[in-house]
Amino acid sequence: MTETVSTMTQARPAGLHLGRLFERIALLVVWVGLIAIFGALMPQSFLNWGNFSIIFASYAPAALLALAIIVPLTAGDYDLSVGATLTLSSALIGVLNVWHHLPIGLVLVLALAAGAVVGAVNALFIIFFRIPSLVVTLGTTSLMTGIVQWMTNSSTIGGIDNALVMAVVGGRLFGVPYAFYYAAAAVVVLGYVFDYTPLGRRLLFVGRGREVARLNGIAVDRVRFGALIASGVLAAAAGIVYAGVLGSADPYSGLNFLLPAFAAAFLGATTILPGRFNPWGAVVAVYFLATGITGLTMLGIPLWVTNVFNGGALILAVTISQLTRGREASDIG
Amino acid sequence: MSDVPSAIGRVAEPGAPRALPVLDVADIAKTFGGAKALRGVSFSVAPGEVHGLLGKNGSGKSTLVKILAGFHAPDHGGRLAFNGEMVDLPLKPGDFRRLGMSFVHQNLGLVPSLTVLENLRFAHLTTARSGYIDWRAERAAAREALGRFGLSIDTAERVDRLSPVERALLAIVRAFEEIRVACAATGKPGLVLLDEPTPFLPREGVEKLFGLIRSIAATGSSVIFISHDIDEVMTITDRITVLRDGALAGALETAKATHEEVVEMIVGRRIARLGTPGHQAAVAKPAFLRVSGVAGGALAATDLVVGKGEILGVTGLIGSGYEELPYLIFGARPCRAGALDFVDGAHVPLAAMSPKRALDLGLALLPGDRQGASGVDSLPIVDNMFLPDVDRFFRFGLLNRRAMVREAFALGTRYEVRPNDPAMKLSALSGGNAQKVLIARWMNRNPRLLLLDEPTQGVDVGTRVQIFAALRAAAAAGMSVLCASSDAEQLAEICDRVLIFARGRVCAEITGPDLTKDGIAEACYASIDLTGRTAPAAPALAS
Ligand SMILES: Nc1ncnc2c1ncn2[C@@H]1O[C@H](COP(=O)(O)OP(=O)(O)OP(=O)(O)O)[C@@H](O)[C@H]1O
Ligand SMILES: [Mg+2]
Repeated sequence: MTETVSTMTQARPAGLHLGRLFERIALLVVWVGLIAIFGALMPQSFLNWGNFSIIFASYAPAALLALAIIVPLTAGDYDLSVGATLTLSSALIGVLNVWHHLPIGLVLVLALAAGAVVGAVNALFIIFFRIPSLVVTLGTTSLMTGIVQWMTNSSTIGGIDNALVMAVVGGRLFGVPYAFYYAAAAVVVLGYVFDYTPLGRRLLFVGRGREVARLNGIAVDRVRFGALIASGVLAAAAGIVYAGVLGSADPYSGLNFLLPAFAAAFLGATTILPGRFNPWGAVVAVYFLATGITGLTMLGIPLWVTNVFNGGALILAVTISQLTRGREASDIG
Repeated sequence: MSDVPSAIGRVAEPGAPRALPVLDVADIAKTFGGAKALRGVSFSVAPGEVHGLLGKNGSGKSTLVKILAGFHAPDHGGRLAFNGEMVDLPLKPGDFRRLGMSFVHQNLGLVPSLTVLENLRFAHLTTARSGYIDWRAERAAAREALGRFGLSIDTAERVDRLSPVERALLAIVRAFEEIRVACAATGKPGLVLLDEPTPFLPREGVEKLFGLIRSIAATGSSVIFISHDIDEVMTITDRITVLRDGALAGALETAKATHEEVVEMIVGRRIARLGTPGHQAAVAKPAFLRVSGVAGGALAATDLVVGKGEILGVTGLIGSGYEELPYLIFGARPCRAGALDFVDGAHVPLAAMSPKRALDLGLALLPGDRQGASGVDSLPIVDNMFLPDVDRFFRFGLLNRRAMVREAFALGTRYEVRPNDPAMKLSALSGGNAQKVLIARWMNRNPRLLLLDEPTQGVDVGTRVQIFAALRAAAAAGMSVLCASSDAEQLAEICDRVLIFARGRVCAEITGPDLTKDGIAEACYASIDLTGRTAPAAPALAS
């Protein structure tokens, strides 16, 4: 016993354990491998900075969406409505800015506020009426999709204020449009909150053991409420970036981000900090999927393959991560 | 040396029974990461035998049980024979059912979100051949099984709405039902494994359990019984196997062993028997907290006073309401009425009480339901330890992880958590060690009033002594303690005063020389007559 105790204490920072270290960076390694394969196949068209800067910018909304998902997920609630919130936010921008000529600054504030309202409505039903989050957010998804179609007459609204377009894709840093840096900033902020603040600990405990958290003086309902509102605001921000990238408001395509973003949230939980939903992992996962999809598309592979890639990568990664842990129960779910 | 038939051909220990053993294991080892939980354990269980499996926290008892359940795969090289039939290791899922084993795991192994019926008839519902479920017959079978144990739980109730006592009873009933069915099917003796089934059971529950154990042993089946309560073990078992640090420390025949010998074999050294330290006539302590008219759940309006530096015990029979008291005072469960008056003049109506408020007032609560309400299994020890005071480690906008781990390590050393690795998940600790982590969490905060519900559940004899000493030292320094427990020995050991509850009211107070294990147990039984009932009443009480 004394001998095992001492080895355990020396072996502490558990991350130093080689197997665990590999688990942490496995997805990054696979990502680099994927880039190498596509690079070998298409050295000119794939392996140039321009291509990557497009990937980084055009998947920034998906990255923000994945972040919007993991906040309530860590607190134990599913938010399926983030895709519809993204669409709602960009549709609002189109309608208010283009049709009603409101100044773009005000419109952006309103779009973010709409996201907060969606979060509050979700929270109201989930927390105060105790309806399962999956049901509520599935409902609000359909609800918002309908409202967006009514608002926009089901048409794409072009001609959004150029200031927004410039702020999102007009400027570049190291050749990468600003859009990417907004997502990156959100990752840094969330990463900080998750890992370096008591709020992050509270979020985690609320998700893993509600009763335990409550008996330790944590205002469980307030934490869940906050997480759902944060999710709504982040999804609305994703909508703003999406409107900026497109330069228009599209009432339909936003929902297409939902599945990849969820896939990325779970895929990300197998990397960087395996076993936890974590912002860094989620964003690595988004860009891993983005690289795969872009590469396959450039190879001229038919569209259905990208869906197979999305789903296959998710299932494979989660399975491998589970296998490395043996029969130890999964932390997630 | 008697030549004992042993399917795996090893020399059996002298004094081992002559019949073909029901269970015969040899050289079972298990390594978790780099840590050895079991290092080659061999023993056998004869038909009709009640076999005690003892050992300190973390000695590998539960690990052995989980290997037999096919939950853990043992290291290569172990052998297992059941009723003379060699069985390949690791066991496949369902093997245990085919062989005729059933379990009450330390965490009970119930599905909280399913109903009593679904949990009880789990095996039958999921494996029935007919492909059709006759719910009426299932309900009748479930009711009959519960009835045999004198339980009247609604079969449609969700398990997470049951009290810890009812949950423990349900798991026990299920194990005995499964073994009855299995024996009828195979015609061979079966084996029931009970991993610490008693911490939540009040005395009459333990007696019922012992009745069931005896009746199952009389039919030729065997029972493995794990407990830290040496008196229980001495009462019910025929033989005892003791593990220490994952290895066999020895075997005893219960009838020929004394309490002291068993304790010595477990701990590896001689310790004084957990005797009552001769209570003097009660010295009245100045009041710290006056609780007036607290009512909620099964508890009718009750007044009581907790002295400063006093350790006050509350106990009684199931359903008598004493177990609600810590939760009501802490604001963890809804209160119908009542108020708290602190010595410093603070007046708090209990309707306005919440766990947050209670913490701010310097109260602390260690709930009895370790996995559901006390700690989060899937998170590291360090986070569990400092859950209520993470804010303390937040400086200059950063959570000081290193300071947290350092302090957790120091606390772990003080409370003998093994292995003492703060980064490890709570689930990787043995049951007793996890409990130590959670006790350390609250003791470290130095609360003014510590509320405890079954604080030493699953904690081994040696550590119990240490926890008691820590409690006494803290009380001497001015901390008040309110301890709800059905364990009379524990109450006699630590308390200055014990209140006995019946029908939601205080019916007796014990202090001074009467404060002994037997004195408390007697008073509990006398409370039945006092209130003129023979069975625990349904918690329907007018306030
Ligand atoms: N899943 C796991 N991962 C790593 N280590 C584990 C795991 N499960 C148990 N252990 C370790 O194995 C050892 C034996 O644990 P076990 O649960 O068998 O003890 P026990 O004898 O049942 O103790 P208790 O009386 O406290 O319940 C302990 O040191 C424990 O930390
Ligand atoms: Mg155990």
